[in-house]
Amino acid sequence: MSTGQQRAGGHVGDARQRIEDDTLLIGKGRYADDLGAKPGTLHAAVLRSPHAHARLLAVDGSEALALPGVHAILTGEDVRRWTRPFVVGVKQPMEHWCLAVDTVRYVGEPVAVVVAQSRALAEDAVERVRVDYDLLEPVVEMEDAAAEDAPALHPKVGSNIASDRRFRYGDPETAFARAPHCVELTVRYPRNSCTPIECYVVTAEHVSADDGYEVLSNFQGPFSLHAVMALALQVPAARLRLKTPPDSGGSYGVKQAVFPYIVLMCLAARKAGAPVKWVEDRLEHLVAATSATGRLSTLRAAVEADGRITALDFDQFDDVGAYLRAPEPATFYRMHGCLTGAYDIPNLSVRNRVVLTNKTPAGLVRGFGGPQVYFALERMIQRIAVELGLDPLDVYRRNFVQPGAFPYRAAAGALLDSGDYPQALALAAERGGLDELFARREAARREGRLYGIGYSAIVEPSISNMGYISTVLTPEQRAKAGPKNGALATATVSIDLLGGVTALIDSTPQGQGHRTVAAQIVADVLGLDPREITVNTEMDTQKDAWSVAAGNYSSRFAGAVAGALHLAAVQVRDKLARIAAPQLDCEPREVRFAGGKLHAEGRPEAALPFGRLSSGPHWAPALLPKGEDPGLRATVFWTPEQLAAPTEDDRVNTSAAYGFVFDICAVEVDRDTGKVRIDRYVTCHDAGRILNPALADGQIRGAFAQGLGAALMEEFVYGPDGSFQSGTLADYTVPTTCEVPEPVIIHMETPSPFTPLGAKGLGEGNNMSTPVCIANAVADALGTADVRLPLTSPRVMALIGMADPEPTAGRPRQPPGPPAGAPGKARGLTARGEVELRAPPQAVYDVLLDPQALARVIPGCHALQPAGPNRYRADVTVGVGLVKARYAAEIELSELEPPHRLRLSGSGISSLGSARGSGSVELEPHGDGTRLRYDYRAEVSGKVAAVGGRMLEGAARIVLAQLFEQLGRQAGGEPASVPAWRRLLRWLGISK
Amino acid sequence: MRTLDGGDREYIVIHLNGKARTGACDSRTLLVDFLRHELGATGTHVGCEHGVCGACTVLVEGVAVRSCLMLAAQAEDLRVDTVEGLARAEGLEAVMNDLQAAFKRHHALQCGFCTPGILMTCSDFLARVPDPTEQQVRETLSGHLCRCTGYTNIVRAVLETARARLARHSRGDTGNA
Amino acid sequence: MKPPVFDYRRCESADEALALLAEYGEDARVLAGGQSLMAVLNMRLAQPRVLVDISRVAGLAYVRAESGALAIGASATQAAVEWRATLADEVPLLALAFPNISHFQIRNRGTVCGSVAHADPSAELPLALAALGGKVRLRSRKGRREMAADEFFQGMLTTARRHDELVEEVRYPLHRAGNRYAFAEVSRRHGDFAIVACAAVAGEREVRLAVGGVADRPRVLSLPRLPARELESAINDFAWELDAQDDPHATAVYRRHLVRRLGQRVIEEAAR
Repeated sequence: MSTGQQRAGGHVGDARQRIEDDTLLIGKGRYADDLGAKPGTLHAAVLRSPHAHARLLAVDGSEALALPGVHAILTGEDVRRWTRPFVVGVKQPMEHWCLAVDTVRYVGEPVAVVVAQSRALAEDAVERVRVDYDLLEPVVEMEDAAAEDAPALHPKVGSNIASDRRFRYGDPETAFARAPHCVELTVRYPRNSCTPIECYVVTAEHVSADDGYEVLSNFQGPFSLHAVMALALQVPAARLRLKTPPDSGGSYGVKQAVFPYIVLMCLAARKAGAPVKWVEDRLEHLVAATSATGRLSTLRAAVEADGRITALDFDQFDDVGAYLRAPEPATFYRMHGCLTGAYDIPNLSVRNRVVLTNKTPAGLVRGFGGPQVYFALERMIQRIAVELGLDPLDVYRRNFVQPGAFPYRAAAGALLDSGDYPQALALAAERGGLDELFARREAARREGRLYGIGYSAIVEPSISNMGYISTVLTPEQRAKAGPKNGALATATVSIDLLGGVTALIDSTPQGQGHRTVAAQIVADVLGLDPREITVNTEMDTQKDAWSVAAGNYSSRFAGAVAGALHLAAVQVRDKLARIAAPQLDCEPREVRFAGGKLHAEGRPEAALPFGRLSSGPHWAPALLPKGEDPGLRATVFWTPEQLAAPTEDDRVNTSAAYGFVFDICAVEVDRDTGKVRIDRYVTCHDAGRILNPALADGQIRGAFAQGLGAALMEEFVYGPDGSFQSGTLADYTVPTTCEVPEPVIIHMETPSPFTPLGAKGLGEGNNMSTPVCIANAVADALGTADVRLPLTSPRVMALIGMADPEPTAGRPRQPPGPPAGAPGKARGLTARGEVELRAPPQAVYDVLLDPQALARVIPGCHALQPAGPNRYRADVTVGVGLVKARYAAEIELSELEPPHRLRLSGSGISSLGSARGSGSVELEPHGDGTRLRYDYRAEVSGKVAAVGGRMLEGAARIVLAQLFEQLGRQAGGEPASVPAWRRLLRWLGISK
Repeated sequence: MRTLDGGDREYIVIHLNGKARTGACDSRTLLVDFLRHELGATGTHVGCEHGVCGACTVLVEGVAVRSCLMLAAQAEDLRVDTVEGLARAEGLEAVMNDLQAAFKRHHALQCGFCTPGILMTCSDFLARVPDPTEQQVRETLSGHLCRCTGYTNIVRAVLETARARLARHSRGDTGNA
Repeated sequence: MKPPVFDYRRCESADEALALLAEYGEDARVLAGGQSLMAVLNMRLAQPRVLVDISRVAGLAYVRAESGALAIGASATQAAVEWRATLADEVPLLALAFPNISHFQIRNRGTVCGSVAHADPSAELPLALAALGGKVRLRSRKGRREMAADEFFQGMLTTARRHDELVEEVRYPLHRAGNRYAFAEVSRRHGDFAIVACAAVAGEREVRLAVGGVADRPRVLSLPRLPARELESAINDFAWELDAQDDPHATAVYRRHLVRRLGQRVIEEAAR
């Protein structure tokens, strides 16, 4: 039988129940933290920077080390001595180590690791590590980072634009000049993540100089990063033995970025002289694990009168965070070949600028580049329809690559393998009930309700070409570095001594059911029941067959991995056929495998049991046919031919297979609250041949829920000082059962001619299509052009418009407030106010200048020691409600103009993070007393900012209120009949 | 008054899935860590340690609670039920209960990390509300975050189980097999 | 995220708890349901010396209708109240509020008194207590004292409770014939903190509108029955008085807007 496009019947294509489930359902899953650790394994906790940008002056772990149960502390000095900076795809003199060595560049950046008997003890010790920082100006917004005069995050790099590449295909200038219409839009895509419920886990050991490092981690690949880790650790790849556990609690790209922690824990283990286990906690994960890139795109389209697009111009900025961390800038280049999406557009110009900011480094997040590209492109399609007065479906139909055009070479190099886009659109409209939705929209609008319908059409790439990252280099640089290409997939099928079949694949799944599908595939080829196939997806880099492309990402399983597995099974089958043929008295090509037996074509009654025949070579190799070697183990490395390196003119086929998704979303927006309700969501998928329909639907539902989250509620929020404010799952909100409706799922199959089974990946489609589809629906409902994700209800309400009528008596006498922030965007804490104190200005001023009196004024002050003229060091406990922290603070009085005004500044650091504030205090005689005016600005960073955002403002005011209450008391004010605190709060505009 | 000072390590007994189990804990040991690392019941998972994700949900005295928000010491001498107690032992085999089997039939789990917590909530909830509406199921399960499945199949599995139990009950069958 | 070191004391009686609070004062924290405190401890946002566990003090777990109120003891769980068969008749406003309060699993262990003592400005149980004009009873070794909700709630996470006191009991007034109730809340997701929560209690001649999530504690506006335009104006004035702030979840403008819309809605529903 020939290998290649095998249309085996039977198990593949069956909605088979999963073999993974029994173990998981009875609680016997083996996730990385469930596996026993070697006796003597210690536990690590990471000390992380509370600042977004600062020089790291000194790390003093002596007090931490003195705690019982603490074994070691690893610092930047060790890292510098034992490792090299991580290599990255763009040659830059930027240094990224697994610990900050002289500068911290994002809140949460690891600064030291404490290793102790238990995690709790390690955390106790982390609180006692003394770190000296010298604050630097943070650069948070992309535009600010990209500006000419922006402070450079990496002085050696010079600019915060780590890469600036332009591309040109066809003749876009002429197309724009000739086009009757030019439509332009600028959109942003927020930073977010798919946040698996299981966080990172690393258990590392330095075995010996000869045996190197041994690691168990829920790393998901791509295993090209193994090289990055080994090079950083300065060991040969074979001396970094990386193993993955049997089960992983979700990844969606996110567990690619555990690799710096693998290096970090290897070093921690080395320093401690013992194996070390690190289980990342949720706060760490949200702050510092990874993020999708934030994107700013200006997209221009040259459009004919009928809506046909003749050229596109993308001007894109990607916010990759504080370090260009491998494989970035892959978010740009993963999609590069198919930037024109589902459309036949021959002219394209692109400018990609990679921007460094003081935020968490970016990495793989499901969809990886697709959500960002399609947010711009699919918003553009809607805008074209609106601005030209066309039916959006006509715009789609006129622009789609036509069914006869496949395989279709897109302008930037993608070779779209197969598809029928108009058919998918038609199916979605018909089976999704689009006409009914139109009727609902009409009815709703007649009643004055806000109802909208949006679409998205996306080409879903799968099986990444490992050479795509080199597109970021110029052709000259690529020529020098040598070509990179391909997407190797590896699989092994073997028969054991009892005739049992085992399959090994290089995909490291985290819930996708790969073992089940693998069993189906092998069972089909060998004529067995899938239950008889044992599949192992655990990886051991020292023992298993793998390549740089191994891992589970870019939806490579269905196309590449399953394909390679099929080929390996076929090899084993062909060998068994050769062995069986003489016994069955026929030619090898006449041997059939079915029902657990082998028989000659046409003679099923004379069959040999599979087990006996296949175990034979183990026991009696001498009886094999001449020339046949005894091994019954086939390992296949497969790579799609179509994945060549980028060409001289920067064309690159970035993926091997391209599926298609067409979505329709109908929403109703509540006029009163701005809440978005999805009335119906239709998603039509073409992923080539479906290997297991139940699992395929499962992937679609999961991706849809994540896309919905990105559209409506997920964003990593940063303050203007770079403080991170989404540190809990109550702040970073992901959809629950009450937010995710059931989508209508429709399938069609145009098999890929390029993969062995004709299958394409389908795991990422809705991550790419859903956010923009929902945005389009909301834009349609509100009739707006400018929709920005996430479309939280305050944002939507602002788009609808809110009247904010003045109160009857004019606004309550309130101190002039700070400018209103953008909905949902955080700003620095500011407080302005007035307080009346029953003491004359001089008395108040004297209190401020008297350290003993001042010590009683500052809330929770235990000790105040002079540290210079009008400067003090203080030990201050600050708390509101349940929360309390002890700060090591520095306080300074400056700009002294007695008795009228002064400036009061303070900064403090505690295990909760840091706080800085400065305010002017003005004293004015008022009757017998003083009117004190203050104008205070504070920044709070670190843990309390990450988890307490909702209440920080209020807490700051409470602390200030305490301060001024005390000031009044100290200056000799008598308490009035109304408690002073109440009076002060009233004046601060807080209470009635 | 039960005293456990910081720095002391003591043995406590909890009744895990019907069996008295002894393990050592500090005053600050969380129940979820005690179950997992001291008693080896690793089926209960840690996802957030602040009570939001639901992966750590177990039954304490039959009531579904977050074991990351409980100290092990608080569960001393109490009945604790985890996912490991749902399946029935038949000889050497573990036979899943009807809810677990429904999850498998409906493809209601992918990575499986959030699943045990959901099963335990359903144990409590279906005992209290044997005939829930879909909305009630969704509201009760809103305290469980799942990133893999998009929830639809989970809700289906729960509703199907509830209906099947009611049908058996009205037929006079007992037991949850 | 493991808690810091502390001493644990599981009390068998209220007296034991009070003795500990008297001894340790602000170095002690009462552990009832733990649904707020344990999260704070796991995040190490506080480092108390002693945890006083009252969750198993049987004498404090009561929920009983007496003297015109539903009296809820310090260790009674929210679920004990929520699943009470007579709740909708006894305190209809609570029955309306419960589905909005966090999640099933949290309510199973969190206590009513604990939520009131924690005084989160967005919390529904303090809001309902303020709306109904309920009472809080504090107890220390020195004795008991009782106060109205609006005296108890003093600010964001700040109450009249002294360090040696336990919130021993809260009392929600029982339904009086002729009263009607309504509740509405907007939160990001089901079960999340309220961005704005509104409760209305309408009697024959007056309506009380209580708003949570905007000011630093629940605030109540008492109004006579008003015609539509005056009502709108009164609600608007109230919305401004609440001094809404921007935060990462919502803007001040949005909060005022919701006070107007939801406030209107609940009053209309209750005063129908």
